[in-house]
Amino acid sequence: MMQMTGAQLIVRLLERQGVRTIAGIPGGAILPLYDALGGSELIHHVLARHEQGAGFMAQGMARASGQPAVCFASSGPGATNLVTAIADAFLDSIPMVAITGQVPLSMIGTDAFQEVDIYGITVPITKHNFLVRSVEELLTVIPDAFRIAMSGRPGPVLVDVPKDVQNQLISFTDFPPRVVSDSLPPVDAEAIEEAARLINEAEQPVLYLGGGVVHSGASALAVTLAEQACMPTTMTLMGLGAMPVDHPLSIGMLGMHGARYTNFVLEEADVLVCVGARFDDRAVGKAAQFCPRAKIVHIDVDPSELHKIKRAHVAIHADVGSALEALLPRIRKSMRKRWLSHVDSLRSRFPMQLPGMDDPRTHYGLVRAVAAALDDDAIITTDVGQHQMWVAQAYPFRRPRQWMTSGGLGTMGFGVPTAMGAALAEPDRTVVCFSGDGSLMMNVQEFATLAEENLNVKIVLMNNSSLGLVYQQQNLFYGKRVFASKYGAGPDFIKIAEGFGIGAVDLDQAANPRAALAQALQTPGPCLIHASIDREQFVYPMVPPGAANTEMIGG
Amino acid sequence: MIEQVADPLPQTGFAKVVLELEVNNHPGVMSHICNLFARRAFNMEGILCMPVAGGERSRIWLLVFEDQRLEQMIRQLEKLEDVLAVRRHGAEHEVFERLEDFFH
Ligand SMILES: Cc1ncc(C[n+]2csc(CCOP(=O)(O)OP(=O)(O)O)c2C)c(N)n1
Repeated sequence: MMQMTGAQLIVRLLERQGVRTIAGIPGGAILPLYDALGGSELIHHVLARHEQGAGFMAQGMARASGQPAVCFASSGPGATNLVTAIADAFLDSIPMVAITGQVPLSMIGTDAFQEVDIYGITVPITKHNFLVRSVEELLTVIPDAFRIAMSGRPGPVLVDVPKDVQNQLISFTDFPPRVVSDSLPPVDAEAIEEAARLINEAEQPVLYLGGGVVHSGASALAVTLAEQACMPTTMTLMGLGAMPVDHPLSIGMLGMHGARYTNFVLEEADVLVCVGARFDDRAVGKAAQFCPRAKIVHIDVDPSELHKIKRAHVAIHADVGSALEALLPRIRKSMRKRWLSHVDSLRSRFPMQLPGMDDPRTHYGLVRAVAAALDDDAIITTDVGQHQMWVAQAYPFRRPRQWMTSGGLGTMGFGVPTAMGAALAEPDRTVVCFSGDGSLMMNVQEFATLAEENLNVKIVLMNNSSLGLVYQQQNLFYGKRVFASKYGAGPDFIKIAEGFGIGAVDLDQAANPRAALAQALQTPGPCLIHASIDREQFVYPMVPPGAANTEMIGG
Repeated sequence: MIEQVADPLPQTGFAKVVLELEVNNHPGVMSHICNLFARRAFNMEGILCMPVAGGERSRIWLLVFEDQRLEQMIRQLEKLEDVLAVRRHGAEHEVFERLEDFFH
């Protein structure tokens, strides 16, 4: 018989689940849990400076490892500060377990000090959530939270634990076993046959890979499928890295800021094989005009994604990896010479243009210079804005989990804490966060945590003294009425970094920016790398709002 | 980023559908289910819920208007952790008819 408090039980269950790092911030309603965590010899706690930072650190750990990661926050404002990071994890299908303190059970519903209904608030942004009503429930709720977060399509789970439940004593004989993912229904053999037939008979097939391929660990299988069937392959923003961009069959990222040729190739597809992607509006533009000629094969672990935006001719509800394994032996080897040479000619007529890519003082040039100074082991994160799209377009991603970006929610402030989480999970890798001057200020307080943890995170700040993407929209679509998108006074970012105890390099001042950059990237520990970017540089090409993907402007 | 230019909301049809849900019985279940409908501006015309299986589970009856989003709604319902099964019946199902007496 074991006896312990609810708080101690939570900590033991987390340890047994393999959790070794937790990011969070304490407060009244979660103090019993922090008291128990302080006694853990296995778990390292990272004290964030804002709960949103803690949430994104958990995301960074989860995005790097594929395993659910944990963050803690107190009740009330602590919990509401987590909301953005939870919503972000929900839209990008990231496994995360958020544990919040709550006022004691008897005070719930009385507008007690720091009481918010975080359970109610997070209903639409979690895969599932729990309000724990007795200490006994913890024995099932904590394992369930992990099981749900990682099974099928991953996602965030919130567990709200009232303070008295944390303090309650429990006696029990055995710990529940460490949970693993639920097994999935067997792959529908008939649908696989039908998919294979469509692919084998296709003349102009295209493979369309999304984040689900990365989540499922199925990148190698997807590349094999592409090679065996000789299918040009496009990736979504979330799918970048599933196939190396310099693979001969890669046609790069599709959609709003994809290359023109990529969208033109898709336009001509007669079969579209969508794997772990969801026909998001940024990827497909006007859905009715996306791949107008193509029969669609859609493989997804989430059945509610099938037929949601585009009706699939063959819909396969399965883990992407299992489905690809079943599909591969049925795919005839083919050459598709005519189709591939047509794709090549589209590529050379409408290529991705990266003006200035050899000059590290331009936006594309800076992205390329960073890539040139790193190998594929490095992890790249971004914030949200023009810089994010420039990195997506120009960085040579070659492996899954090399790339972390806020795809679904598009959250400014994502980059730095997520990079820190990635560095916590993978301390041997260099982690680079590309940021903008707007985004950086949204979670700049985490520089303090970064300095304290001394993580190998480099922030490349592409400073255009503006909310660049907003400035671009106003210039292109709002009659050049620029409003609330230019910064009057910018801070001295070098001093800010130094004030937090982080090294800083200003590429503007460097005689040889390439060398200064390489040196900064190679020196272990945190560093801010500042570079001014011309505000008049826009992200091109671009599909204007409401247009079809083939109606791009610029580039 | 920038605003969406979306198709107009699909019009609700006039045919009624009765949904029968088997769910876990605890205080949060209704909010998960109602949320799905509410944010899609999908009105629930009728709701009926009673415990079954000795209180472990509940059966929920929903009366909704048929429209083209219903198929997607049902898939979303099936995804909810606490929803164990969803069955779809036509408007001829008598569960709500028998309740009419209480609504006059
Ligand atoms: C939290 C949040 N608020 C507002 C927005 C809307 N938004 C999208 S991009 C952008 C500008 C980003 O500016 P910056 O980080 O400097 O990047 P840049 O576009 O200049 O590269 C804004 C305000 C957002 N995506 N996230």
